[in-house]
Amino acid sequence: MESVFIIATILYLLSCTGYLGYLFFQREPLQRMAMGLMLTGFVLHSIYLVVCGLRAGNFPVNNLHETLSVTAWAIAAVFLAFSWGYKLKILGIYAAPLISMTMVAAHHMPDTVAQDPRLFKSWWLAAHIITTFLGNAAFALGGGLGLLYLLQENAIKKKIRGFFFSRLPSLELLDTTGYACIVAGFSMITIGLITGVIYAKAVWGRFWSWDPKEVWAAITWVFYAALLHERLTVGWRGRRAAIMAMVGFGVLLFTFFGVNFLLKGHHGTFTAM
Amino acid sequence: MRDIVLIGLNHKTASVDVRECIAFTADETDRALKMLREDPAIGESVLFSTCNRIELLMVADEGQKAINTAKQFLAAFKNVPIAQFESSLYQYQGDDAVRHTFQVAASLDSMVVGEPQILGQMKAAYRKATLESTSGVILNKLLHRTFFVAKKVRTETGIGDHAVSISYAAIELGKKIFGDLAGKQVMLIGAGEMAELAVDHLIRNRAGTITVANRTFARGVELAERFFGQAIKFEEIVDTIKDVDIVISSTGATDYVLGKAQIKKAMRSRRNRSLFFIDIAVPRDIDPEINRINNAYVYDIDDLKGIVDENVEDRQREATKAQRIIDEAVIGFRKWYDTLAVVPTIVALRGKVEAVARQELEKTLGTLGHLPDGDKQAIKRMTDALVNKILHEPTHFLKKNGCYGDKTATLELTRKLFNLE
Repeated sequence: MESVFIIATILYLLSCTGYLGYLFFQREPLQRMAMGLMLTGFVLHSIYLVVCGLRAGNFPVNNLHETLSVTAWAIAAVFLAFSWGYKLKILGIYAAPLISMTMVAAHHMPDTVAQDPRLFKSWWLAAHIITTFLGNAAFALGGGLGLLYLLQENAIKKKIRGFFFSRLPSLELLDTTGYACIVAGFSMITIGLITGVIYAKAVWGRFWSWDPKEVWAAITWVFYAALLHERLTVGWRGRRAAIMAMVGFGVLLFTFFGVNFLLKGHHGTFTAM
Repeated sequence: MRDIVLIGLNHKTASVDVRECIAFTADETDRALKMLREDPAIGESVLFSTCNRIELLMVADEGQKAINTAKQFLAAFKNVPIAQFESSLYQYQGDDAVRHTFQVAASLDSMVVGEPQILGQMKAAYRKATLESTSGVILNKLLHRTFFVAKKVRTETGIGDHAVSISYAAIELGKKIFGDLAGKQVMLIGAGEMAELAVDHLIRNRAGTITVANRTFARGVELAERFFGQAIKFEEIVDTIKDVDIVISSTGATDYVLGKAQIKKAMRSRRNRSLFFIDIAVPRDIDPEINRINNAYVYDIDDLKGIVDENVEDRQREATKAQRIIDEAVIGFRKWYDTLAVVPTIVALRGKVEAVARQELEKTLGTLGHLPDGDKQAIKRMTDALVNKILHEPTHFLKKNGCYGDKTATLELTRKLFNLE
């Protein structure tokens, strides 16, 4: 099965070069090719995950290798869905390298078996993992859109029609897509938190244990909740929303990886090397 | 020989307040033309007034006298002392007047070189002159030639692309900000050739309601009707701005019409939705500091020009090309104009020869009383034919062929040879 993983990685990498080519030469066929490669890679990747999951008898997030692999898969899923819905082709220039890098990183991690497979057998856990990963992927794209927004905004404000001005879409589209990403991500991680808490009750007998992971997850959730609240009430949009989306992604990265590596908690096994 | 003379002032020579004093409304133009028609010092006249220029094109027996009369007329009609605007006036005679007219129509003299509306305004002014029949043989020819030249400049050079591309650049920027311009609310502050052009472009992009704010409310209403929009009072701008997305400003105000604090406040009440300012006015209407406010974007005419002016050499080449077309046209017009002076000579020449023929015919027929009437008619016809045959070559010579260079010299010689006058 390892070969399928490698083929998917190669397809993502090829898709990445396709998007780079599209960025520089702005030829529509390049973009279609890149999207096709990404889709093919995604399908293979999905098959790989399903087979791995069936073989192990649980969701394949037993170690850092698998966690990263699922992360890449989730980003690809959300990216494909959003670029389908919002016609935002150029987002691939952010998503494809992100996916490829995650896949390459995953490939370099040893694929060891988890210590206690019993922990992983629960539908709550499956729901928790899927929603959390998809939510995080949506936030990752939201952060990327924030970055693209700032690039485009800078070009317009500074009145320099540089490399990105003609290549990036309108601020409006970047902003609304970014907003949609945050909304989608927020909905997902809310479900993820709820299912996680329920799962915690089932496994450890209590809903909340002030574990660093839980605390940081709560911080992330509050951060995005505040971001959405400000947008809905006073109209935080444009530049400020873009910056916050990027900061939020930073907080998220820390919650996702930083906590596991720097602070000890009960999620440590998922990123065991 | 009559002179073609022109006096006028434009955005380069006169400040806005001077231009405002002298500007003619449509009704005033009608009245002025009627008065000019009655003036003995002025033969033909066309009066042309836009917000950027007022020009009076005339044909008169004595150019300088017509210019003086026209100055006094302007002062009297607009009730402004001559001293207030005399220093802003330019005056041209002959070829220079023709060249200037061509340049204005081709939009080489416009504030935004190449903007296309000037030609339409000139056509309207000429239509008025023909309705009041103040325009005669010379101005008719000159203006028809002018429209032809302007069209030629537009189609054969890229000079028009420039102005069009300024409002095009503004629209493209708008698209980069809003994505789609459909349904975006537009506010036009003031008026002007470029601003109205930009609004036209926006309407073509299916923009939403156009709100017009003008210091003169009546003028605002007039413009709003043209754009199927609504007019507001100048004082209402700040209150209305929270509902608009694109502001195009082009007033003659010397101070900023909109300041940073006002917009900052408006941004809060419009919940930070993007606001795009296109400032076409010189001096500027929109405080450039507004560009620092989040989600507010200010582009002034120089910024837009900067976008378009990526290739200065191209523009220079186009301008040179346009100048050549105009120079050729001036020479062409001069040729036609000179034949006008030829005509009196030819008429005199024909008159002289015919008179001689008639005299001799009468003398001869008087001694030949016995001839039947049919024969007398035949002799008459022969004489007429002789006159025509004799005059054919000289007339042809004078009109065009073989008569290069200084035509007045040839005409002088002809007059001496036949002792005309």
